[in-house]
Amino acid sequence: MSDLNNATPPAIKTEPSRVRGDDPMFASLSDEIADKGFVVAKLDDAIAWARTGSLMFMSFGLACCAVEMMQAANPRYDMERFGMAPRGTPRQSDLMIVAGTLTNKMAPAMRKVYDQMAEPRYVISMGSCANGGGYYHYSYSVVRGCDRIVPVDVYVPGCPPTAEALMYGLLQLQKKIRREGTIDR
Amino acid sequence: MTLSAEAIDNLKELAAYIEDGQEPSAYIERCEVVRGELIIHAKRDQIGKLLRFLRDDAQCKFETLLDICGVDYPARKERFDVVYHLLSMRLVQRVRVKVTTDEETPVPSVVDLFPAANWNEREAFDMYGILFSNHPDLRRILTDYGFEGHPLRKDFPLTGHVEVKYDEVEKRVVYQPVKLVQEYRNFDFLSPWEGMQAVIPGDEKAVDAES
Repeated sequence: MSDLNNATPPAIKTEPSRVRGDDPMFASLSDEIADKGFVVAKLDDAIAWARTGSLMFMSFGLACCAVEMMQAANPRYDMERFGMAPRGTPRQSDLMIVAGTLTNKMAPAMRKVYDQMAEPRYVISMGSCANGGGYYHYSYSVVRGCDRIVPVDVYVPGCPPTAEALMYGLLQLQKKIRREGTIDR
Repeated sequence: MTLSAEAIDNLKELAAYIEDGQEPSAYIERCEVVRGELIIHAKRDQIGKLLRFLRDDAQCKFETLLDICGVDYPARKERFDVVYHLLSMRLVQRVRVKVTTDEETPVPSVVDLFPAANWNEREAFDMYGILFSNHPDLRRILTDYGFEGHPLRKDFPLTGHVEVKYDEVEKRVVYQPVKLVQEYRNFDFLSPWEGMQAVIPGDEKAVDAES
């Protein structure tokens, strides 16, 4: 013990920061702001950035997947740090998470909700049932995949997918929006 | 549910009371105690009177209607069973009442005795096509609007007759005949729950308690 107490602490290596004041890109940016008071960027990029940062989602919970969706929105996984919050109305939503079994009886209602969302709109299909019918694939009353009713951007597999899996799907959607990089969808 | 010997004696007493009583014996065909549960096979026309007796009689007091369900036996002449589950909160007893019927013969509704029967009977009608006479509102309850057929009948195909799809031209959800893209899977029905004949150690105690 005494050895440990008396031991000299190891020297802390200080690595040069990756972002340096004399980085040419930052230097030019800083010069630009000092010079003109504004920065010029591509509008497409700015809009794509804004879209990824405020994905308000329509909480379309249909079955047990909805519970995982709630978990993802709750403080533990905290979707809000990515600017995503559940909305109760399609008119305020950019994204619909289809969480659960879509039945024949529900299908027209879901399409109606989707049609009420403003452009640009995205759909995440969450769980086996929404992806392709899942456990109820051969059932007389279940739609064999919600992509028969609405166009789907990201499929999250699982039965039900964990909240982490849903978060990963959401991040994939953000990546997809960034890569699209166009205003028009 | 494993019952104590005393509880089973109580059930047998109740069965004898119903079978030998002057009033209820006219409403039933027979009583039996199976696996510690009392089953009353009732006459179809008398089901209302029997349930009223079971509800009001001081020795029965079956005041809670838990469930009404249907059973389909396609090989039988009267192919359907209608099963009523009753609970007596006062005397801590349960009873199952069964009547038989076919596709055309209606069973008297018991909505006037137990308001809870309303939706249960609608469900039995929806799933099996069992008719109930004097029901105030005998409509489908669970299946899709405009659904055809009764899905829990044994002769109803598992995948049904129609499936839905969004039509880009008509801009609405349309129905079309079922086309399976994936073949049926071959399930192994010899699961431990169905195929196993061996006696599980400890089961003999339940048999002893019954007899």
